[in-house]
Amino acid sequence: MPLGFFGGIYNNHLALEATLERVHALGIEGRTWCLGDIGGFGPHPDHALELLRASGVPVVQGNYDYALGHGLGDCGCGYTDPRDNRYAAISYRYTRERTHPRHLPWLRDLPPVLRVEAGGRAILLCHGSPRRTNEFLWESTSPDGFLEWLCTAHGCDVLVCTHTGIPWTRRLDSGQRVINCGAIGRPANNGKTEVAFALYDPETDDCTFVPVAYDHERLAAEVLAEGLPAEFAETLTSGWWTSCLEVLPARERAAGQF
Amino acid sequence: MPEHDVASTPGMARPDSAEIHDDRRRTDSPAAPRPSRGTAAPPWLPFRHLDTLWLQVTGTLCNLRCTHCFISCGPENHSVSLMPKDQVLDALARAPGLGVRELYYTGGEPFLHPDIRLFIERGLEVAPVTVLTNGILITERQAEWLGALFGSCRYSLDIRISLDGLTAEQNDAVRGAGTFAKITRAVGRLAARGLVPAVAVTEVHEGMGAPEARLAFLELLRGRGCRSPRVKFLPVFRLGAQAERLGGYAEDERLAEGDLAPEEYASLQCSSARLLAADGVYPCPLLLGQPGTRMGSGLDDGLRDIRLAHGACVTCHLTGMTCRT
Ligand code: SF4
Ligand code: SF4
Repeated sequence: MPLGFFGGIYNNHLALEATLERVHALGIEGRTWCLGDIGGFGPHPDHALELLRASGVPVVQGNYDYALGHGLGDCGCGYTDPRDNRYAAISYRYTRERTHPRHLPWLRDLPPVLRVEAGGRAILLCHGSPRRTNEFLWESTSPDGFLEWLCTAHGCDVLVCTHTGIPWTRRLDSGQRVINCGAIGRPANNGKTEVAFALYDPETDDCTFVPVAYDHERLAAEVLAEGLPAEFAETLTSGWWTSCLEVLPARERAAGQF
Repeated sequence: MPEHDVASTPGMARPDSAEIHDDRRRTDSPAAPRPSRGTAAPPWLPFRHLDTLWLQVTGTLCNLRCTHCFISCGPENHSVSLMPKDQVLDALARAPGLGVRELYYTGGEPFLHPDIRLFIERGLEVAPVTVLTNGILITERQAEWLGALFGSCRYSLDIRISLDGLTAEQNDAVRGAGTFAKITRAVGRLAARGLVPAVAVTEVHEGMGAPEARLAFLELLRGRGCRSPRVKFLPVFRLGAQAERLGGYAEDERLAEGDLAPEEYASLQCSSARLLAADGVYPCPLLLGQPGTRMGSGLDDGLRDIRLAHGACVTCHLTGMTCRT
């Protein structure tokens, strides 16, 4: 029986709705997890929060959720490019001001990791990495030896994460597997408007990414109507990241447009 | 000079416990007992894991003689020699077993090493590689080779080029006459081959780290053909040539127990990095050749806790800097 993993909602309530419909169609409700970062650069944070909480999907805490839940002053990205810092500050302030206070204790108390046993495998769910919520596990900068060490040090056969926004998976020589489920809140910097989540079968060790199309034009219109930066809307309609690019390794950066 | 390499319990690649998940919430305390601040003992920094392995491939040999070089490199500085080929290849062979996450090649000028291409190719088989260069030796041919490798290698290849000003006048005063033109040409050559070079700027000139200057650097790189400009700013360390010119750290400029915030135990680069050079292993790239900082001859000697006993540690503490890109 496959399991579903999605993360990085970034306030994109329309993509979340479409993802939950796909989860339902695949018959994997009750076997699907959210890996955190519910807030972000999209509009109307309460929409996604309410949808997610009502769905009953278990959630791992992301860095954004942690920051909001603990009332921190910023999302802690600390970019070099002053424009990126401005964008990050705008979206964080917007999300903080519009998140209903009743959600804050829930965000604060989300677990940093979850463990699942399935198909005889120990599966560890985290946001960035099991050792740090805001660590980036990119495909091109996560070598096999490091991932084997990470899985072994944290006692898992399968490690599932998000945080980078670009999905990938790798089976290691050791038999362990790492899955970065990507993000459903914004496209994967690949020129496509659809987003994706991970489908993993612990019996067969097969992992695929399920594309999710949603009304991205409507979301982009909401972004603009809320007075959020036009660059955010552009990313949704073009599929290319336009801001906060600095965290990308050279390889992933070269694959994008900016 | 205070001892930096006070031995402690060997902190061999301690796996982090699963419940530690966010550096903002880290409360790890050093393994060693913490004397009271009154004794002014430097803080212990537990060694967490070898994430970043630095290789000082060309020692102190460089084709430039920058006025702020924190290890006083230059064409005549042979105090730390080139790493022998076998030493580098042995370290690369050990990297996967140690769980190394990334490799950084530095010097001096790494492209002065006769085996640098072999090191880059072999390194990329086991981990992402970043080469820190001054760009002078990035000829059309070298850029061509790097571009082909960038497009085909298993892990990410990153080239980081140092540039210390927005104009020839600003940069050349630090890095030498004619270097601005050569450096910016190298950046353009790499960008033209599809690489995404990062430019490192040491904040030697006042205002260099200000938002306007940062934007100006990004624009400068766009003007040289970088579709995706990347810039990293580094603080000045009062070490090496910089210290000789303007003075080093005073005897009492030292960290003491209690100075570090809880999250610093994980965020200081020396909690998860070591530098291997021809003459042995050091806590970080900054302390190469500094008296009392060498931890031993081989990589294993470096996999243990350290005391932050050097003046430069104060700069790391105050700026939160890391030598990583
Ligand atoms: S700063 Fe870099 S380029 Fe300049 S002398 Fe030192 S090693 Fe060479
Ligand atoms: S100089 Fe900085 S990086 Fe090096 S040992 Fe001291 S604190 Fe660590």
